[in-house]
Amino acid sequence: MNTEAILSFEEAMEKYDPVLGFEVHVELNTKTKMFSSAPNVFGDEPNTNVNEVDLGMPGVLPVVNKTAVESSIKIGLALNCKIAESCRFARKNYFYPDTPKNFQTSQYDEPIAYDGYLDIELSDGTVFRVEIERAHMEEDAGKLTHMGGATGRIHGADFSLVDYNRAGVPLVEIVTKPIEGAGSRAPELAKAYVAAVREIVKNLGVSDAKMERGNVRCDANVSLRPHGRERFGIRSETKNVNSLRAVEHAVRYEIQRHAAVLDAGNPVVQETRHWHEDTRTTTSGRPKSDADDYRYFPEPDLVPVVASREWVEELRATLPEPPAARRKRLQADWGYSDLEFRDVVNAGVMDEIEETIAAGASASVARKWWMGEIVGRAKNADVDPGQLGVQPATIVELARMVEEGKINNKMATEVLDGVLAGEGTPAEIVEKRGLAVVSDDGPLLEAIDAALAAQPGVADKIRGGKVQAVGAIVGGVMKATRGQADAARVRELILEKLGVTA
Amino acid sequence: MAAINRDDVAHLARLAHIEMSDQELDRMAGELAVIVDSVKSVSQAAGDDVPATSHPIPLSNVFREDVVGHTFTAEQALSGAPDSDDNRFKVPAILDEA
Repeated sequence: MNTEAILSFEEAMEKYDPVLGFEVHVELNTKTKMFSSAPNVFGDEPNTNVNEVDLGMPGVLPVVNKTAVESSIKIGLALNCKIAESCRFARKNYFYPDTPKNFQTSQYDEPIAYDGYLDIELSDGTVFRVEIERAHMEEDAGKLTHMGGATGRIHGADFSLVDYNRAGVPLVEIVTKPIEGAGSRAPELAKAYVAAVREIVKNLGVSDAKMERGNVRCDANVSLRPHGRERFGIRSETKNVNSLRAVEHAVRYEIQRHAAVLDAGNPVVQETRHWHEDTRTTTSGRPKSDADDYRYFPEPDLVPVVASREWVEELRATLPEPPAARRKRLQADWGYSDLEFRDVVNAGVMDEIEETIAAGASASVARKWWMGEIVGRAKNADVDPGQLGVQPATIVELARMVEEGKINNKMATEVLDGVLAGEGTPAEIVEKRGLAVVSDDGPLLEAIDAALAAQPGVADKIRGGKVQAVGAIVGGVMKATRGQADAARVRELILEKLGVTA
Repeated sequence: MAAINRDDVAHLARLAHIEMSDQELDRMAGELAVIVDSVKSVSQAAGDDVPATSHPIPLSNVFREDVVGHTFTAEQALSGAPDSDDNRFKVPAILDEA
């Protein structure tokens, strides 16, 4: 279906310089809608979370949700924006069945937040500053389902069904300034930017931030210009790119497509594009036209929102630690290397490790269990690691039993499986399954304890990751046992005891 | 006289989904210009010391607490709909205009 030519990404980068821009819509998780007291709930029966305001009935009046305004200000502050002393709403006029009023209540010339920035850390640690143009309040539209037709897509549909439950749900639209200088890292930056916005609104507690539910939606603007040219090229706007992976792919694809168009000597058409996850391509939506003349004018039914400096400062004082700062702090506290920490973050177990350490585990033990054992089990079960239900106390207990020599690491993983299978507490499972160190490890462990106690400095070194230092302890144990012990087993036991992976 | 020509009126009529005849377009172009001029006289009354406003009432921050109020049932919501299906409003297929 899609036969448009594309250049290879490398060739596109050789010839052109990409400029990006994003509009990210964040659905707020207020209890009610932006302008009506109908509930803001996802997934309910169609047209049951509506009242006369959401349906745009004649004579109704909107009333602004105070919590939504506060959430918007918090988002603005978290994006390092200025908060407008006074701002107003505007009507954006258009005809489409997703908007029963025939206009969307939005903000136009006076957004509540403006002139901010977000520092985005790329995977190699490079920090890229994205300037924020504005963040404004508006309302979501209803949901259309196109029925009939051969494809189920909008073209060829016979009719559409409309559910207005989403109509009026509070939105904050975050608009960047043109992002220049990303070069070949543009797709990665796109993904990282949207991920950062999602993380911030989730951390603020103002949105459920689930992209798969449309809580965070991204429109990605891409244009290319020859290297060295100041003036921007003509852009396309790819709508509703609704996963982080898709954001990266869509930007990459559009760069390749624009490059092929320009290479053929043609102008890029300024238009919206639709993203298709299945083929990882975009198709033409519609060109910019008359219909984009929205005839904005100030909403006469709403009075201005005045954010006193006291109110703004009150809200600023409630902001949680920014995610990026928190990560930096935790990595330093835990003493993880950049690579170790990045793996933890990517595996999505940072919170879990924090809780496990708070429950009494050492940073290395917590990492060993989560990264070495639990993440893999979660992957096999196709759930998030946190959803397996492993309690921090369980890990602390397992680690303690290993340290005390009651069980070895291998047994401990068995006990973990038992806990996950609901067989009881670690102690109960050890008992029930008859798991305890029964080999000749007993005398060895005593000798190891003695050797470790004799050389505490070496023990610390090993704990700190200098695994090669284990030789000194092994030597001590071999001496104490007059060479009768299995050195490999001794080494294993020492590392196990110190909670270090060889 | 404000410059509102026939093309402007035709453009607005298209945006507003209003069908207008040639005669109506001609007449409206003239009338709209007069209306705009009349409204413009407001600017003569306001001096530099009067700040621009978009609202006649000197009020701000009229808020509602975030507390759930009344809703319609789907049946009530759809009671005025010309057509419905599966508890949803049924509308003609509209190509991607929005």
